[in-house]
Amino acid sequence: GAIGGGLAQAQEAELDPNTWEEVTSYCNFYEFGTGKTDPASYAGQMTTSPWEVEIDGMVDNPGTYGFDQILSEMTLEERIYRFRCVEAWSMVIPWQGFELADLLNLAGVQEGAKYVAFETLLRPDEMPGTRYPVLDWPYREGLRLDEAMNPLTIMATGIFGKPLPNQNGAPLRLVVPWKYGFKSIKSVVKITLTDQEPPTSWNMANAREYGFYSNVNPEVDHPRWSQASERRIGGGLFSRRQPTLMFNGYEAEVASLYEGLDLTKNF
Amino acid sequence: MDLTSVNSALRRVPSWLIYICGLAPAVWLFWLGLTGGLGVEPIKALEHRYGELALQFFIATLAVTPARRFLGLNLVKHRRALGLICFAYVVCHLLVWLLLDVQIPSQILADIAKRPYITVGMAAFLLLVPLAVTSNNVSIRRLGPKWRRLHQLSYPAALLAALHFVLLAKGFQIEPLLYLAAILLLLLLRVRIPTLRRV
Repeated sequence: GAIGGGLAQAQEAELDPNTWEEVTSYCNFYEFGTGKTDPASYAGQMTTSPWEVEIDGMVDNPGTYGFDQILSEMTLEERIYRFRCVEAWSMVIPWQGFELADLLNLAGVQEGAKYVAFETLLRPDEMPGTRYPVLDWPYREGLRLDEAMNPLTIMATGIFGKPLPNQNGAPLRLVVPWKYGFKSIKSVVKITLTDQEPPTSWNMANAREYGFYSNVNPEVDHPRWSQASERRIGGGLFSRRQPTLMFNGYEAEVASLYEGLDLTKNF
Repeated sequence: MDLTSVNSALRRVPSWLIYICGLAPAVWLFWLGLTGGLGVEPIKALEHRYGELALQFFIATLAVTPARRFLGLNLVKHRRALGLICFAYVVCHLLVWLLLDVQIPSQILADIAKRPYITVGMAAFLLLVPLAVTSNNVSIRRLGPKWRRLHQLSYPAALLAALHFVLLAKGFQIEPLLYLAAILLLLLLRVRIPTLRRV
């Protein structure tokens, strides 16, 4: 697709993407197992066509949207974003997708909606990891409406100019580049507009460690990992750590969303 | 089951062979990490593999006594080798964490103090140091009966090592619990219930 937007263009120019192999072989997608290579090994069995997304809640046009129908309405563009996992590793990924705001506008967000909730496919016969209670399935995530409408927030359909591989969340996933990776929910089948903060999977599993916001913040430590620095995937056995950037380097674009909010309490 | 011939065959296996076979994976894994065989994030992969091997050799070491008592399988001659190989993997695991993973000295200290799974893992390591240092004939002779008591530190160390793994898992994961269960079982088998003791 054409390169559009204009946002984050300055950063894009200096970002050097990881390789296809790195992005597609090192994944967290617990529906296929907790090992980093499990998704690449087992996600192939997930049926991604046909694919439908149910959009419901406080929208004017609730209903089931086919993946092809969504694509026909959206303009795809490339976004090269930093991707920072809460486990303190990171990548740079060239995504193709469209702004989530465009999809939400298609559904028609009603007055009073404050949050957007997302759900991942739950199909145990194709997702071996869901046979174990690692998390309370299906995987759920959520954003505040203004975060969802921010132009940086996209629904990705591809990487490196190719359709998303299953292990990366085919055929349609969220990408919120200033938040830890687990917020960028994969293989989305349901989007709900609501006026209540929606329950989110990792927050439900361990609220002390995973907040609703989960913005990348080098000053707020995760109880198990320091978030001050990160290791970029692909540097080999002697790779050096690099400092983590506030809001993963998107401070100029998103800091205003959190004005007046205590980020150590709302982590 | 008569294991006399198995036991005499095991006794004839030289210790150096156990050390070589036990430690070969350490070198092999490091080589794989250097050459891309451990995937795109070799540091974490190496750290985890060394940690798992340490736990596996710990379990093997703890299994020697129950194996003799309940199965008649005699591996006592090789228990020292198994224990020292376990300790070598603990050291490898720790060195990868210190030198390749965290790298930043101030963060290492903060991690030990602030992160329970690291505190617990470090405690397990510290308990194992005197055991490794005294795993030789001279120490056994010098310490006499105290040697046996000292080496019972391996029990709390094993529990802490298993707890270290359980605490670092994200979500509810079964594998670390299996290691914990194995270690608990091997420790429980050592509890002598007086009424069941046979003369």
